[in-house]
Amino acid sequence: MLKVKDLVVNYGAIQAVKKVSFDVEQGEIVTLIGANGAGKSTLLHAISGLMRSTSGSITYLDHPIQKTAAPKIVRAGISQVPEGRHIFPGLSVQENLQMGAFLRRDRAQLAQTYQTVYNYFPILKKRRHQDAATLSGGEQQMLAMGRALMAHPKLMLLDEPSMGLAPIFINEIFDIIQAINQAGTTVLLIEQNAKQALKIADRGYVLASGQVKLSGTGAELLANPDVQKAYLGG
Amino acid sequence: MQTFGQQLINGLSLGSIYALLALGYTMVYGIIKLINFAHGDIYMLGAFWGYYSINYFHFNFILALLSAMLVCAVIGVVIEYFAYRPLRHSARITALITAIGVSFLLENGMSYLVGANARSFPQAIQVVTYHWLGLRISNVQILILGTACLLMVLLEVIIKKTKMGKAMRAVSVDPEAAQLVGINLNHTISFTFALGSAMAGAAGVLIGLYYNSIDPLMGMTPGIKAFVAAVIGGIGSVPGASVGGFIIGILETAVQAVGLSAYKDAVVYFVLIVILLVLPAGIFGKNVKEKV
Repeated sequence: MLKVKDLVVNYGAIQAVKKVSFDVEQGEIVTLIGANGAGKSTLLHAISGLMRSTSGSITYLDHPIQKTAAPKIVRAGISQVPEGRHIFPGLSVQENLQMGAFLRRDRAQLAQTYQTVYNYFPILKKRRHQDAATLSGGEQQMLAMGRALMAHPKLMLLDEPSMGLAPIFINEIFDIIQAINQAGTTVLLIEQNAKQALKIADRGYVLASGQVKLSGTGAELLANPDVQKAYLGG
Repeated sequence: MQTFGQQLINGLSLGSIYALLALGYTMVYGIIKLINFAHGDIYMLGAFWGYYSINYFHFNFILALLSAMLVCAVIGVVIEYFAYRPLRHSARITALITAIGVSFLLENGMSYLVGANARSFPQAIQVVTYHWLGLRISNVQILILGTACLLMVLLEVIIKKTKMGKAMRAVSVDPEAAQLVGINLNHTISFTFALGSAMAGAAGVLIGLYYNSIDPLMGMTPGIKAFVAAVIGGIGSVPGASVGGFIIGILETAVQAVGLSAYKDAVVYFVLIVILLVLPAGIFGKNVKEKV
């Protein structure tokens, strides 16, 4: 579904992504794990069209998208839940969700998508008229995910969804990521919480210093002694 | 008491013009963090469009107002496209200096094209003055206040209720996240310039009716005062711009009423300094730290 080949992305003067290749098949949960500064977020921004790659290619459903503008990528079915949530403060919860559906023209099915999002996150329905800025961190993460779902994506990119959340929220978020995947959305998950991510992932890639160091199924990587030492705390 | 009431009426009329102008400053600042110094000149162009459309096309007031709004909206979008868009990723000071350049271009371009002399604005509406409780209020004043309030309410509805208005707010708080949900930055910024410039165009026609005299440099001082109004209200805040506009208008007429006409501009800037010392973010501004 998504094929990244030899991708190079510069972040200012720094080469943040150095010839990275990986792919995501339809229906999978694929995770990219790695320490801070490994180039994970830069990679997602390149896929979403917010940053331009210097060389290499990104192919989505057999079309090259490395030069496509961000709105067109969303329209093609790739939605990103950015790191740090980036919900819109000053807009209500419901308006945030409405912005998630910004490009949708199929008004008839829209009500159903709201229902789906509210089913995943009942708290959002309860707080739908509240300013999004008043939500707790976990609720904001749910809103950011709900907002991405509103576009009815085929592929969802999640950047550090568990960052800064209480353990109870982390479990809930990971459960919902699995549920979203089971409902038919392919998931590319970036995480520092490698253990949780590998547990739910079909496959994973380990990124370090802007390069893929290891890859394998979630279970393989969990069992790999190098991964255990570097990312799972021994 | 009577003088007070009279000055309040005059101040509100003038203030509503400043408010309309201040809205453009605040919206553009909110979305691209640019102080659009050419905004006052859009107002001048609106006044000139009103002048020509009434004199030569024999438009009535409503038609002149609406067409001025439309023409100014287009001019605003064109200016953004050619002057500011190529500088989107440059330092903010670059765009700011460009805005001053655009302002000079419009002022001197109009002086060259139509002449620098002042001309009298056609009276599209017969002035009738009503006397009520010893106060004088003209139909033009009522019209200015009414039109300005109507436009402000309309703008508030657009920003709060429409999808494009919500997209404007989304872009102004987080342009990156806005792109991630598929909002087109360029379209949203163009839309913002169109709205702000339309308000300025309306203000230009209204001031023509009120003061009855227009010239190519007429946008300079009101432009700066409207900017002050936007800052006092809290730059980036739409209700703040309206309130700031009325404050400046009332203040200016009050200073004139007590016989200090020569200092009316100075007082406006003095109040600006005081407000910035007491409330650095303005009356409605949010005191948020800028992200690095």
